[in-house]
Order: sequence, then C-alpha cells, then structure tokens
Amino acid sequence: MRLEVSQVGHRFDDLVVLEGIELSVEAGEVLALIGPSGCGKSTLLSILGGLLKPSSGAVFREGELPEGCLVPMTYVFQDFALLPWRSVEGNVQLVLEDQPLTPAERGDRVAEVLGLTGLGDFRAAYPRQLSGGMRQRLGIARALAVRPAVLLMDEPLSALDAQTRSLLLEEFAALFARTRATAVYVTHNLSEALRLADRVAVLSRRPGRLKDLLAIPVPAAERAAGDPALAEIEGRLWELIRDEAAAADKELGDRKLSDGELGDGV
Amino acid sequence: MASEPRRLSRGPVPFRARGFAPRLRPLAAWGSFLGAILLWQAGSSSGAIPALVLPSPWEVLQALWALAVSGELWRHVAASLQRLLAGWTLGTLAGLLVGLAVGMFTWARSPGIAFVSALFPIPKIALLPLFIIWFGIGEPSKVATIAFGVFFPTVINTFGGVDNVSRSLIRMGQSFDLPTRSIVRKIVLPGALPAILSGFRISASIAIILLIAAEMIGAEYGVGALVLAAGNLYQIDQLLAGVVVLSLLGLCVSAVLSRLEAWLLAWR
Ligand SMILES: Nc1ncnc2c1ncn2[C@@H]1O[C@H](COP(=O)(O)OP(=O)(O)OP(=O)(O)O)[C@@H](O)[C@H]1O
Ligand SMILES: [Mg+2]
Repeated sequence: MRLEVSQVGHRFDDLVVLEGIELSVEAGEVLALIGPSGCGKSTLLSILGGLLKPSSGAVFREGELPEGCLVPMTYVFQDFALLPWRSVEGNVQLVLEDQPLTPAERGDRVAEVLGLTGLGDFRAAYPRQLSGGMRQRLGIARALAVRPAVLLMDEPLSALDAQTRSLLLEEFAALFARTRATAVYVTHNLSEALRLADRVAVLSRRPGRLKDLLAIPVPAAERAAGDPALAEIEGRLWELIRDEAAAADKELGDRKLSDGELGDGV
Repeated sequence: MASEPRRLSRGPVPFRARGFAPRLRPLAAWGSFLGAILLWQAGSSSGAIPALVLPSPWEVLQALWALAVSGELWRHVAASLQRLLAGWTLGTLAGLLVGLAVGMFTWARSPGIAFVSALFPIPKIALLPLFIIWFGIGEPSKVATIAFGVFFPTVINTFGGVDNVSRSLIRMGQSFDLPTRSIVRKIVLPGALPAILSGFRISASIAIILLIAAEMIGAEYGVGALVLAAGNLYQIDQLLAGVVVLSLLGLCVSAVLSRLEAWLLAWR
C-alpha cells in the first residue's frame, strides 16, 4: 500500500505546526522522518494514520493489502501503550478479539507474532514484569498481529536505554527485510534513520515544512559502518538537522528569556 | 585570621535515616484494643465509671447476647442490610452510568458537572422529608435517600477515573480499529476501575450514615431504630450494643471491598 500526503498543513489553535507537506510513502519502503524537537513529526504521523484531522490538505492511500490484513495501518508507540491489566498474550489478543477470526486462527496469530518477537516464553507475564525492550517488542508483536500494510512508528526506541536500543534496532532491520514492510519511522536519531530507512524526510523547525528528502543508495541489508556512501549521506543529513536544531534551540531560549522562565539573576 | 581546618577523627559513618517508616504490628493492634476494653471494665467494676453514664463492656456484651437470642437483633440487622444494599446498588449503578457519560461524552459533560456541583453539597438527609412526601414513610423513601447520597460521590469518582485513563491507550485502541464498545469495555472501564473502587469506600460509608439517620427518623426495625429506641428508654447497654453492631457492619463492608479490590486489581 502506498500513502500520498497532499498539501497537508496543521495548526493547534494559533500554533502553526505543519505547512504544505507534500510527500509519498511507496509500497515496501521504509521512510524515516527526522527533524528537531517540536517540529511536528508526531503530528504528521497521527495525520498519516487517521488519528488527527489535518487543518488543510489530505492523506490518500491506495494499493494492495497483504494477505490476512485486518487493519491497514497500525502504530508502534514511543510509550508502548500496553494495557497493564492484560498479560502479554492478552495484549495481543486485544487487537484480534473484534475481528472475524476463529479462536484457532487467533491463537495461531498470537503464537506467530510472539514467536517472531521472542516473547513466546512470556505469554502469561504482565507488562510490569517485562523489561523496556520486551515491552516494545510486545508493542511490535501487537502491531504485526493484524498484518498491517503500513507500520507507523513514533520514536519506538527513544524510551529505551542505549544497549537495548541497538539490539532492537537490529531486530527492526531484520524484521523490515523479512516482511518487506512499508513503514514510516519517526526518530530524533540519525543513526536509526541511517540503519533502517530507504529514504529520509527532513522536516524544518516549526512550522514544519519538508526541508529535504534523501534516498539512501545502499540497501538496508548491506549497510556497514564506514561505508563511504553512507558517510556522505550522514554528513548531509547532519548539516540539515544541525542548522535546524540550533535555530530551534535558540528560539526556545529567547522565548524562555522573554517569558522570564529562567528567573532572576540569569 | 585563618582558623584551623575542621577535622573528623576516624569513626564509623553514623546512620542517619532513622524513623519515618511506621510498621504494622498486628499484636499491638489487638493488644491495645483489648487493653482499652479491660481498662474500661476495670473502671466500671471499681465504680469509677457510674453504670448510668456508661455500662461496663460485659453488660454491653450481655445486652448484645440477649438481643441475639431473642431474635430481635437479626430483625433489625436484616431490615438495615436490605435498605443498605438496595440503596447503595441503585445509587452506584446510576452513578456509574452518569459518571461514564460525563467522562466520555461532550453532551453529558458540562450539564453533568453543573448538576453534580450544585446537588453534591446538599446533606442528603435534608431530602428525606421530601422523599417521605413523595414515596410515603415506608421503605422507598429511605432507599431513595441512600441511593441519592451514594449517587454523587460515585459520579465524581467515576468520571475522575475515566479522565485519568491514559489518552494514549485510547488512541492505541482506535489505531487498531477497535469498536467503541470494546474501547469502553476493555480500556476505559478497567482503567477507571481503581478510582471507581476507591469511590466505593466513600459511598459505602455515606450509605451507612444515611441509613442510620433515616432509620432514626421513622422506622420500626433497623439498627438506627434500635439505637434510638434504646436511647429513649435510657437502656444504654442496648444502645451501645447497637453501636457495636454498626462498627462490625462497617468492618464487614470494608473487608468485602478489600477482597473486591484484591481480586479486580490483581494486575497492580
Ligand atoms: N494536542 C495538542 N495541542 C496543542 N499543541 C500541540 C498538541 N500536540 C502537539 N502540540 C504542539 O505541536 C508542536 C509539534 O508537536 P509534535 O509532537 O508533533 O512534535 P514532534 O516533532 O513529534 O516533537 P518531539 O520530537 O519532541 O516528539 C509542538 O510545539 C507541540 O507543543
Ligand atoms: Mg514526537
């Protein structure tokens, strides 16, 4: 399935967050969305997934759905969004219970995605008994259980510690390669984008506009540290976001000063 | 003038985190309780506490026993329990429905909050005379008073609980195309349950207060009626026996609610 973002703009009351976003997500590609904090990445992702109505413009979708697809677009959340009163298995069941599946089909899907994410031995555990990395793997398992055409991921690794992050990053890479998933992956982190994405969309600081769109010429499976092509892209991306981040930071500082947020004696 | 630098001579680091951590000692609980009763008994037996002011614990126990074997006690307790259960259940069900609506729907929110804010502060016993005019002196007016008193705190706790359910969980449900009824039943209700259950404690104690007050205003049977009648006849031992029954009733309600919490909130 392919997504087409057409002239999308968004404002929260007086705050213009997105302006004139024109973008497409092609079937089978992983698109990373990067940009400074507060530029509207999460807002754009919510609009993509139909969880937020854009103030202007529209998002269109079209194309083939994978076999057994129950929900065309699902999310993986930064804060995992697990039900604490349901077990690992119950959290996956949740998204299948209202679907026209036989109990056996449902059981098969639960077993399949828990196996895929290495949670098979923790079916009966509750989220509070899981480590952060396992919680996010459960978030992935739940998203995969409905066999979505597009995975929307909002900083799925940012709540995790560095080691877990790099482990899960490799798991994501393997998962995307195996399932040929279409995904939009929001991140702060350049190295995540460079590891996973086929293309990287860079948003400017607020109001977020599409600043640049770079294709990474090396297939995700063949990326290795020290690849000169990757280093070149990284350099360009870094320049793009460094300017934006520095400017955004300065604006924030100016505003705090004029609001007196920093208090006396500063 | 430069002073000598202060110097610590070698010694163990002193422990400084003492106190502020009270612990439970069941033996101390029972012991202090028993001690107070023994003291009271000693005061009565020695004549320091006149029987006309306060009968001894032993006499209270005897009065309780006499009420129990005559069957009188059970008639009072049964009448009270029926009113309590009917009134509390009615008020709780209505309160849950309204509270959920106020918590979830724009159309219910502002009107609901306005009415609750205006009516909640009324001491509900003041409405008993009105309910007696409407429903007669019998059971319905008492049940209505209790239900009315239970209704408001239940509404407040329920919509507070619904408000506190994480928006990201609800959006998660929507992002998986869960139907609204599933979102309510599987996400909103369980998420609001801790607040709803702690509301039950408040509403149960309000229900008991209103029950006794209503029974004192006009009832033949009921623990409130028993206490009032004993007072009118200066039968302080019977009066206190009634009070003991009320204490036991409160303890039972609290134990039932604790069980309910332990069962429904086991995931915490
Ligand atoms: N519901 C809302 N109401 C009002 N303002 C909002 C709302 N959601 C987000 N905003 C504002 O919109 C701007 C963009 O928010 P958004 O969450 O999309 O940014 P982001 O790029 O995802 O940032 P981050 O990198 O910190 O996650 C921010 O300034 C934020 O304060
Ligand atoms: Mg965000």
